[in-house]
Amino acid sequence: MEPALAQLRTAVMEAHHARRPLRLCGAGTKDFYGESCEGAPLDLTGYRGVLEYEPSELVLTARCGTPLSEIETLLTAERQFLAFEPPPLGGDPTIGGVIAAGLSGPRRSHAGAARDFVLGAVLLGVDGGVLHFGGKVMKNVAGFDVSRLLCGSLGVLGPILEVSLKVMPLPREEQTLRFELSETAALAAFNRWAGQPLPVSATAWWNGVATLRLSGAPSALRAARTQLGGEPLEPAAAAAWWRELRSQRHALFGPVPSLWRLSLPSSTAPLALEGARLIEWGGALRWYASELPASEVRRIATAAGGTALHWRGGTAGSRFHPLRAPVLTIHRRLKERFDPHGIFNLNRLVAGL
Amino acid sequence: MQAAAPQAPRSRDTDATAARRLEVARALAELLPPDCLLRLEEELRPYECDGLAAYRQQPLLVALPRTESQVCAVLRACHRLGVPLVARGAGTGLSGGALPHAAGVLLSLARLDRILAIDPVARTARVQPGVRNLAVSEAAAPFELYYAPDPSSQLACTIGGNVAENSGGVHCLKYGLTVHNVLAVRGCTVEGEIIELGGGALDAPGLDLLAITLGSEGLLLVVTEVLLKLIPKPERAQVVMASFDEVGRAGDGVTAIIAAGIIPAGLEMMDRQATAAVEPFVKAGYDLSAAAILLAESDGTADEVAEEVVALESVLRAAGARAISVSHSEAERLRFWSGRKNAFPAAGRLSPDYYCMDGTIPRKALGAVLRAIEAMEQKYGLKCLNVFHAGDGNLHPLILFDANREGQWERAEHFGSEILELCVSLGGTVTGEHGVGVEKLNSMCVQFSAAECAAFFAVKAAFDPPGLLNPGKAIPTLARCAEYGRQHIRRGELPHPELPRF
Repeated sequence: MEPALAQLRTAVMEAHHARRPLRLCGAGTKDFYGESCEGAPLDLTGYRGVLEYEPSELVLTARCGTPLSEIETLLTAERQFLAFEPPPLGGDPTIGGVIAAGLSGPRRSHAGAARDFVLGAVLLGVDGGVLHFGGKVMKNVAGFDVSRLLCGSLGVLGPILEVSLKVMPLPREEQTLRFELSETAALAAFNRWAGQPLPVSATAWWNGVATLRLSGAPSALRAARTQLGGEPLEPAAAAAWWRELRSQRHALFGPVPSLWRLSLPSSTAPLALEGARLIEWGGALRWYASELPASEVRRIATAAGGTALHWRGGTAGSRFHPLRAPVLTIHRRLKERFDPHGIFNLNRLVAGL
Repeated sequence: MQAAAPQAPRSRDTDATAARRLEVARALAELLPPDCLLRLEEELRPYECDGLAAYRQQPLLVALPRTESQVCAVLRACHRLGVPLVARGAGTGLSGGALPHAAGVLLSLARLDRILAIDPVARTARVQPGVRNLAVSEAAAPFELYYAPDPSSQLACTIGGNVAENSGGVHCLKYGLTVHNVLAVRGCTVEGEIIELGGGALDAPGLDLLAITLGSEGLLLVVTEVLLKLIPKPERAQVVMASFDEVGRAGDGVTAIIAAGIIPAGLEMMDRQATAAVEPFVKAGYDLSAAAILLAESDGTADEVAEEVVALESVLRAAGARAISVSHSEAERLRFWSGRKNAFPAAGRLSPDYYCMDGTIPRKALGAVLRAIEAMEQKYGLKCLNVFHAGDGNLHPLILFDANREGQWERAEHFGSEILELCVSLGGTVTGEHGVGVEKLNSMCVQFSAAECAAFFAVKAAFDPPGLLNPGKAIPTLARCAEYGRQHIRRGELPHPELPRF
């Protein structure tokens, strides 16, 4: 066994026997994300490297500590990419951290979420077991889909040692268009466009301006532009703008005291919520700089059929939207089975688990 | 579908079974109208198997609830009495996932068959589990929308069954599997409580319990409502059909298409035995002298399709295609597909019985696997037709046999297991879309270690602590794997050293 893996196994087994909580650490770019979590740090960055990448198979397998930038460089050279556009938040995250957080970027509403591209994962169990789930093929229904369960688990079931991801060919061409639209009109347009056979790959609205990105064959882009109108953005400026949005360097993510991330049905009408707002994902993701009490924001999100995550700021209460009782029960039982002594990222996803 | 094989065990009522049947029937009779409960032998018989007819078992009782609250009531009663429960949709599954439990209730969800809402703005359909797959697209058609996953049984199979199996179809390379097209599932836990996973938004807090429910083969909860994603109907679709002199070269053609950055809407392959079987039946115009044919579908806007078809033709020609034809009308496109879609019934015409396999492999191994299957035909003395979802590397070898001839079913089973073990050794899986059910329990022992199976049981126990939901399916017990005697294949240690490495 490789020394880096042997070391991780020993650390986990010791912690399990001593009932000593561990905090799983990648590059630390998302330390702010999730509930507060205590424990001795377990550094996963040493277990790294791309294990397999064959462009014609559309699959890449890498160890958890591999920097995202390394993977993206490899993919770009083959004109491929991670279509869920993982947001690098203030640094160069590890691929293990990207999958454990399960966050997706601007293309999510049209290409799919991080979990949609997870084909397989290897989990390090509390007893040091190295468990393979899923695989490296596109279709696989053997056994429960534990690899997708691990995506977004924030490490509470154990460290993800390795992931296999479906990768996609880069679009042949992209074109960004701008429209001056009110929030209401933009939401209506986003939902209307998504219901038509148009090559839409991302949408955003901010401060009276809707931004639309088209991706695909040059002929399809030309036809869409003729149909939609709008003001085209220079390719370099457009790429920079989407990169900023993806990595949350947009103005709204600046030093606001309290930032909320609301996940809603895309067709939800503008909310009765004060504050600056940014809309993504065709209306399904709405960021609010709001200082309303958490209970009020959550009430509004719930009434609209969605949930609210306190992304940044504020001090009291939990960050994540509370889970309903039957769902919480299953979380508790899963945690008890996978991590009976609660050593993995205790409290990070759900308080008490 | 596959016909009956001889080894069908029939349950004969003992006194104890009769007493238990009476006890459970009394409990359920208080919860359901009389026409929602079947208990007589002749009423139970139609439920004794699903699409995998080689396995048969009569249930204790069949319950056919009409409402969600009746479903929950049945679950609560079964929970109280400790009765196993197997959920069933249309019974089209190919792995025995809906095979009844001898001491259990078979819960048919066929009567929960209403489309509750189509929301053309949010592009969603809220449906009950007994709604047929194709009915969703039909209901969405007036809005120029459709539901993408299209398993070949889509005329009959239900959305509840699709959720249980994480069904695919011929378009999943581009549009994904059921897991990629379901936004939310509402269901009933083993305790009889309503649970909602996912929602109308694109993400939900906590662990992704929705993802693990999809493809869980009815072992975790009983689905009562599903929120499906609808997508716009493409303006146009065209099929490029290419003939190859050698199956390996057709496999290379598939790789070349992906390498060129093209993701076709469908990418299917049939070998000569398969085209020869279907052609007299459907007259699709297949090139019968070709060792294999590829069907590649392009969809999108008219301009986009025109551009992609030209690209596909040139890539396939460069990959060594001997002949290429392109569909020029909707009728012609459907005719090209008709042979592929009728491969299973054609196998049924050629042979009294057939056994359909469902392994998935890395695409690059297609040629080698086909050659290995050819050798196995000699070894087992049985013929095999090969149809593939080539774009996904998902193989459907159809092994032909005659259940009435001594030993043929056993030979077919061994033939199938050897194909699946080959798939695992090449880094693939024993089931791409049909599920494990009862059929592939032994093959699971080859793909997963004891510790991995224990993790699956841990998931099962988290949802279903008493283990009453579809028990004995999908995950093999340690004892079963020990009895099967074949080892878990560790990655990187090939059990077929004679095969070339990739």
